[in-house]
Amino acid sequence: MKVWPPIAATLFALFVWQIIVTLTGVQKFILPGPALVAEAWWYNRAVIAEHTLITLIEILLGMAIGTALGIATALQLATSKVARTLVQPILVFTQALPVFALAPILTLWLGFGLWSKIAMAVLIIYFPVTSAFFDGLMRTPSGYLDLAKTMQAHPSRVLWKIRVPAALPSLGAGVRLAAVYAPIGAVIGEWVGASRGLGALMIMSNGRAKTDLMFAAMLTLGVMSVLLYVCVAKLTRRLGDRET
Amino acid sequence: MTLAPSITFQGQASIEGRQLFAPLTLCLDAGRWTCLLGGSGVGKTTVLRLMADLPTGADFDGSIVATDGLPVVDRVAYMAQDDLLMPWASVEKNITLGAQLRGQTVDVVRMERLITRCGLQDHRTKKPSELSGGQRQRVALARTLMEDKPIVLLDEPFSALDAQTRAAMQNMAAELLQGRTVMVVTHDPGEAARLGHAIQVMTPAGLTAVTPPTAAVPRAVDALETLTCQSQLLTLLMGQAA
Repeated sequence: MKVWPPIAATLFALFVWQIIVTLTGVQKFILPGPALVAEAWWYNRAVIAEHTLITLIEILLGMAIGTALGIATALQLATSKVARTLVQPILVFTQALPVFALAPILTLWLGFGLWSKIAMAVLIIYFPVTSAFFDGLMRTPSGYLDLAKTMQAHPSRVLWKIRVPAALPSLGAGVRLAAVYAPIGAVIGEWVGASRGLGALMIMSNGRAKTDLMFAAMLTLGVMSVLLYVCVAKLTRRLGDRET
Repeated sequence: MTLAPSITFQGQASIEGRQLFAPLTLCLDAGRWTCLLGGSGVGKTTVLRLMADLPTGADFDGSIVATDGLPVVDRVAYMAQDDLLMPWASVEKNITLGAQLRGQTVDVVRMERLITRCGLQDHRTKKPSELSGGQRQRVALARTLMEDKPIVLLDEPFSALDAQTRAAMQNMAAELLQGRTVMVVTHDPGEAARLGHAIQVMTPAGLTAVTPPTAAVPRAVDALETLTCQSQLLTLLMGQAA
């Protein structure tokens, strides 16, 4: 991918933003220009870094736990018809519930610390990971399974030697989705109740009309999410052609 | 490998009450190549899949028995038109897939011999995506031979290859599968004329046995009797299509 077009587009967007702010003369607590936001970001860089680290820890732990749970569930569903019949409808039902609405109760249960945010991230990414990996496990090319059958293969070996490796690209797609959703989960958790993390910093800045700091925190979250996605994408692309 | 048995396939198949093929009797002679030739949709692949005990979606009414009275299913090796190589595994891992799937230790000596005989010495650590169509099919053949089964079922194994590669693969397969009871399902009259010790043309009406040339298998592509047999088979197929 070429690096210059997106950078040029970003600079252009910042330019337009600054022009709008300058021409309309809008109050800076309503909409600060990019120059002011950059200034606030630099002035508060230590504070932002501290909150970013907290949010990043929540996201990474949430992703690790959510992915592990998703993998375990998908394997369980793929190998057991009973599990499919019992669990699958519940799984879809839970997806119909707005997870955001659970944020206050999670804070009540798990407290204001890291764990209520990690739980939010886990809840948000659990289904995409489970669903992507499960679909991959159920879509093993039928020719592979025919071949395995004529070889008198043991079912558990078919799972680990054929079905799982064939489903790894699907799992990769699920984990990439998780990298996009996990930050949303963590920040929602922080909005509902936290003293630390970028979400908490945004709420606090907003309350004190420090709109420039709010924007600085938000843009930091955006940049961090993009970097996270790029790293995860690089890691998961390798899943496709891994030697087992 | 245990001694290759003869196999008698007898019966009919239907899908949701609609007849797929009428009652037929197909005998595979022990240690010989039987070519089952036919157009698309006559159910020849279903016959092969029934012999391998693979899912067909059809209701089968009949029997598949070996002359020695032992079960057929666990003595079958299967090779399809699609090479069915695992894209994530090396050539060596693909060749030894059967042992891995059964949790057995790999017979390394046998693997080495087959890699040499199939001309794969320079490719053993490569992934399937790095190989040509002919090389991939040689890996599939080596994997089939690695199973060391007395009965080998080939479902249009070379039909995705170009003409010269296909002829070369036919020679290699005929040589390496010698002594096994082989059934080849094919729609290529030339393949049947080259490889069949026995040739059966399958049509909706049933099976028609065609006497193959007397020359030893694999028959020369340019021998008059091979070509005569090929055109005879094609005429037979075209007659049914009309």
